[in-house]
Amino acid sequence: MSEAGGAVAVVGGGVIGSLFAAHLAQVCNVSVLCRRPEHAEALRSDGLRVSGRHELQANVEAGVSPAELPEPWLAIVATKATELDRAADSLAGRWPGAAVMPVQNGLGAEEVVRARGSWPLLSAVTFMSGTKHSDTHVEYVLDTETWIGPYDGAPLELAERVGRLLADAGLKVEVLPDLRPAQWSKLIFNATVNGVAALTGLRHDFHFAAEGEDGDLGHLVRALIQEGKAIARAAGIELHDDPWQMNELATRRGSAHYPSMLEDVDARRPTEVELINGALVRKAREHGVEAPLQTALYRLVKAREASYLEG
Amino acid sequence: MRLRPTVQGQTLGPVQRDRLLRICVVGCGAVGSLFAANLAQLEDVEVWAYDLDRAHVGAINRDGLHVSGAGDVLARVHATDEAGDVPPCDFGIVATKAMHTDAAVAATARAFADGAVASVQNGLGNEDAIARHVQRVIRGTTFPAGRLVAPGRVQWDVKGDTTLGPFEPQPASLDEVERLADACTRAGMPTAAVDDARGPQWRKVIFNAATNPLGALTGLTHGRVCERTDLRALVSMLVVEGKAVASAQAIELDADPEELIDHAARKDVAYDHKASMLQDVEARRATEIDFLNGGIVRAGRDHDVSTPLNEAVWALVKGLEASWTS
Repeated sequence: MSEAGGAVAVVGGGVIGSLFAAHLAQVCNVSVLCRRPEHAEALRSDGLRVSGRHELQANVEAGVSPAELPEPWLAIVATKATELDRAADSLAGRWPGAAVMPVQNGLGAEEVVRARGSWPLLSAVTFMSGTKHSDTHVEYVLDTETWIGPYDGAPLELAERVGRLLADAGLKVEVLPDLRPAQWSKLIFNATVNGVAALTGLRHDFHFAAEGEDGDLGHLVRALIQEGKAIARAAGIELHDDPWQMNELATRRGSAHYPSMLEDVDARRPTEVELINGALVRKAREHGVEAPLQTALYRLVKAREASYLEG
Repeated sequence: MRLRPTVQGQTLGPVQRDRLLRICVVGCGAVGSLFAANLAQLEDVEVWAYDLDRAHVGAINRDGLHVSGAGDVLARVHATDEAGDVPPCDFGIVATKAMHTDAAVAATARAFADGAVASVQNGLGNEDAIARHVQRVIRGTTFPAGRLVAPGRVQWDVKGDTTLGPFEPQPASLDEVERLADACTRAGMPTAAVDDARGPQWRKVIFNAATNPLGALTGLTHGRVCERTDLRALVSMLVVEGKAVASAQAIELDADPEELIDHAARKDVAYDHKASMLQDVEARRATEIDFLNGGIVRAGRDHDVSTPLNEAVWALVKGLEASWTS
């Protein structure tokens, strides 16, 4: 089967799912598994538009049940972490010939998918970002890389095949034999930046790297990252990128990124805190590492979320 | 003979220094108003209030200062937003937010050239700021609380005790401290004069620093912060850091801040109370974080005690303040 041959399914039509779907539709058949019927209907009738970094118009299949969609050889699960359980349930017993690649933030999405089936799994971390303007239009804001690696004994060739496909579709991609170092770099970065942003209301701007004065936020961000690195060390992970450098670099970009956890808090939605901060704090406990600051951050975000979800 | 200013056209007699105490409340918000209104009930005390809120000052001078709730008082107080109007006073009681201490005392210092000035504010460092402008300073801590509900009108939510003591580097005499404490107590604001007022002050600072920022960051009331066991544990970790800094300075707390935290969390006490810092955050006003957690961090650094969680909370609330202008 050639890369451009078989069909690809994208589970979840949010920003990341839409970016994958619209790009892949340039080189292969793509279907989108949506949560809402009206979303699927809109995609079927209007297609999917990408603006910003790339200008694309894509025709896609769409439905709300795997049964409605052609059997894919690759399923990219791109729902929000808070929707992952539901999405994985809907895949159980379906698409036996497919490889499944969850691209959620945080840690642990592969286990959630694995619990529902024996598909070959790929791990992925994506740094792309965008803004959803409507069900059929996303703006591609950051055309940064997606990293892919085999999970749980899947062959490296599978990851390489998916990597070539994404590259053909015009996306930036890197294939790594072991994704954990990259996943952990992003986990530490995300737990810290998203958590601090959700509590302070600050976008990821210069404050996160400011260490000029006492009480400046950069001191806290550095200390949180140091705790994260200690947890990674105890877990035997050698990080792919230094999360502090990732932080500094990101704060030097022209426009400040609107972290998704802050977006969720502002909209009073459930956040991805469990798969991000919760996952990191649980790893600390598992490996017997003290992480008082990351633990405090996790508890505060949980409480912030409770303040509006529990009314 | 110099005539004193008038209230509603009535000329007041000259001050008889041996019998009359003249006290100026600097910063007549909720807590300042409780002191001003209650002290003004005493026949031997003349009360002035300096505040920059013109509507509040105007209402007080026109209609008197109304306090209702835990106690009901209508008081005649000489209010002004012009520091130059304040006559020489025996005592000052500073009740501004901590970040305004320096400016407010600098403006009114002339009135206290022969007097002593007490802080009844939140946080650490207020007495030091007062001492930059005034010779004799009184360290104070007060627990009554209320809210300004309209110009000239204050809701008195919680009664509570006040402790006063000489500020060690630039002390008022214990005799002076006792005279002020006696006046407050007779006015219905129970006040103790003590040699070392640091214990009650640190108990309140530790209480405030361990609870207010968590309410401000999460949006939860005091009671809801305390009933989440994971968050209540975080409160205790902040308390432990605060206690270590107090003990490194040989400060003996007059009681355990934990008791105060649990007491306040009761449904019949302050379960539904939004900490003043949460009220500030909701109104997007600057908070007292620099003087609470910031004060604990600085004191800790001076005495080689590390306070990572207080530092974290300090940075987060400062970040929150920064988000309003970013």
